[in-house]
Amino acid sequence: MKNEKIKFKDRLKDISSGLGDSLKESTLWGSIFRPGSPFRKGYSDSPRNRSYVVMNNVLYHLHPVKVKRHGVRLSYTLCLGGLSFFTFIVLTITGIWLMFYFRPTEMAYVDIQSLQTSIAFGSLVRNMHRWAAHIMVLVVFLHMSRVFYHGAYKAPREFNWVIGVILLILTLLLSFTGYLLPWDQLAIWAVTVGGNMAGYTPVFGAQVKFALFAGLEATEATLLRFYVLHVLFFPFIIVIFMAIHFWRVRKDGGISGPL
Amino acid sequence: MVDIPEHLLLKTAEARAKALGISVEQALAEMRGEVQPTKIEKEPDVIEVTPIEVEVKETPPPAAEVKETAPPAVEVKETPPPAAEVKETAPPAAEVKETPAAASAVKEAPAPAPEKSNGQVPTEVDFAPETKVTQRLLTVVKAKPIQKPTSEPVDKVNTWPHLMLPEFISLMAMTAFLIFISAILQAPLLEEANPNITPNPAKAPWYFLGLQELLSYWDPQIAGVMIPLLIGVAAFMAIPYIDRNKENKPSKRKYAIMLWTFFLAGAGTLSLIGILFRGPGWNWTYPWIDGVWFDDLLDWVHFE
Ligand code: HEM
Repeated sequence: MKNEKIKFKDRLKDISSGLGDSLKESTLWGSIFRPGSPFRKGYSDSPRNRSYVVMNNVLYHLHPVKVKRHGVRLSYTLCLGGLSFFTFIVLTITGIWLMFYFRPTEMAYVDIQSLQTSIAFGSLVRNMHRWAAHIMVLVVFLHMSRVFYHGAYKAPREFNWVIGVILLILTLLLSFTGYLLPWDQLAIWAVTVGGNMAGYTPVFGAQVKFALFAGLEATEATLLRFYVLHVLFFPFIIVIFMAIHFWRVRKDGGISGPL
Repeated sequence: MVDIPEHLLLKTAEARAKALGISVEQALAEMRGEVQPTKIEKEPDVIEVTPIEVEVKETPPPAAEVKETAPPAVEVKETPPPAAEVKETAPPAAEVKETPAAASAVKEAPAPAPEKSNGQVPTEVDFAPETKVTQRLLTVVKAKPIQKPTSEPVDKVNTWPHLMLPEFISLMAMTAFLIFISAILQAPLLEEANPNITPNPAKAPWYFLGLQELLSYWDPQIAGVMIPLLIGVAAFMAIPYIDRNKENKPSKRKYAIMLWTFFLAGAGTLSLIGILFRGPGWNWTYPWIDGVWFDDLLDWVHFE
């Protein structure tokens, strides 16, 4: 029994290395993976190779080779910042997919309806996008609370907290603009309530509301405006601020603590 | 002080011993401060210093412009400025004596005359060699890091696999969770938007319901909305600049923790009221008697 297993493993190894050798020596392969990449020279577990995995990977932009031991304990960050980022990625992927079937016009509601009824996985992807949006708001907020309870906003991380507040606002704006897009009663009236609140701004109230609604009330012009903000403008801005946020996490000396 | 590794200590001691003509053990002991350091009585033999020609133009040149091989005579057109410069190079010579690592440098490079035993900085130093020597000591810069390390060394682990693996797992777990709830929970889609039919109540998205509840207590016409909101946002951004307490131990920042917990409790309560306890006309309703007006969760809570 044991012998057979080894044989099978060896055979697998033979196949993969036989395939691999000619492939790995090709110019194309070598041009894709950097020298030192485990994809070029194979991976065996050693401290040196552990460093190489990170150093020869695009993730080197996000992660240093080594991190504080307490920072990788799940109980410290609860991975909340990371999860905020992951939900954002899920939202981007599902969102792009939804764009194939959605027109921000008077057809919006019909598009959502037929998406749910006549397109493969349409309902699932729409649900994923919607629940992920709610979860992102929640997770970002929890991340903020985690940061507060750890005092992780203290020097030298003050400014990263400020960036964080901007990220929170952008997250809320993304969610709020997306809320209108299904163009049903829930959407239009939630946005009307929000827009009317903005209308109570002293002095500029009417102008703020007009800019938000592209008119005096929520119409199809509002829909187009929110659509552009939702799929283009806010994602663009939030990615920039996320980049700054992650960069500062590293520049400020990695994760804070230990407590 | 940092602990100097043993092998480096030994190397320095050897260099010092060679320079001073003492035994390595003695040099080591001196460096540890166990015995009085040996004074250099005789000048190291290379230092037979003869003045160098210094060409001084209108502006006194930097020390580096001093010519390498020079006739013995000093031709200085403007004497005072270079003298001042020479003076400035002199004090490091004293350091050379005290820093064991640099002791060997004294031998190779014809440094300014070593410190007199009274510790006074010599006012006139002939610092250029006459022959043979191809190197000169211009100055000795004290070894100092450009960036001061401010943090203590910390216990670190490799990002791969100790951070990237958990990250990957939580990414997978969250994706699985999302697919799962999306398969069982249908996102709401009500009737098509109709500006002429106002639902009662009209509720904002859930994360604004706490705010909507709060705002229902005062007349927005009077209090305004955006201004308090902007002040609130600014206050959040200002938190790190207001809280000047440097501690991060929970036991040392009870006040801050208490405030945030109050904020969470308050926001949570207001939101729950807005979500569950508000019905038509924003009147108080009991979810178990009157039902729930919260269409986001239409598919979760079926109520009639
Ligand atoms: C889109 C939203 C956000 C994303 C994707 C994000 C992402 C991250 C990530 C990945 C980290 C690394 C540590 C961790 O996982 O906890 C982090 C740290 C941090 N975040 Fe965020 N964040 C977001 C929003 C916020 C908000 C709203 C705040 C606060 C107002 C904030 C403040 C901070 C601070 C101060 C740190 C450093 C924490 C430490 O060193 O322990 N972030 N963020």
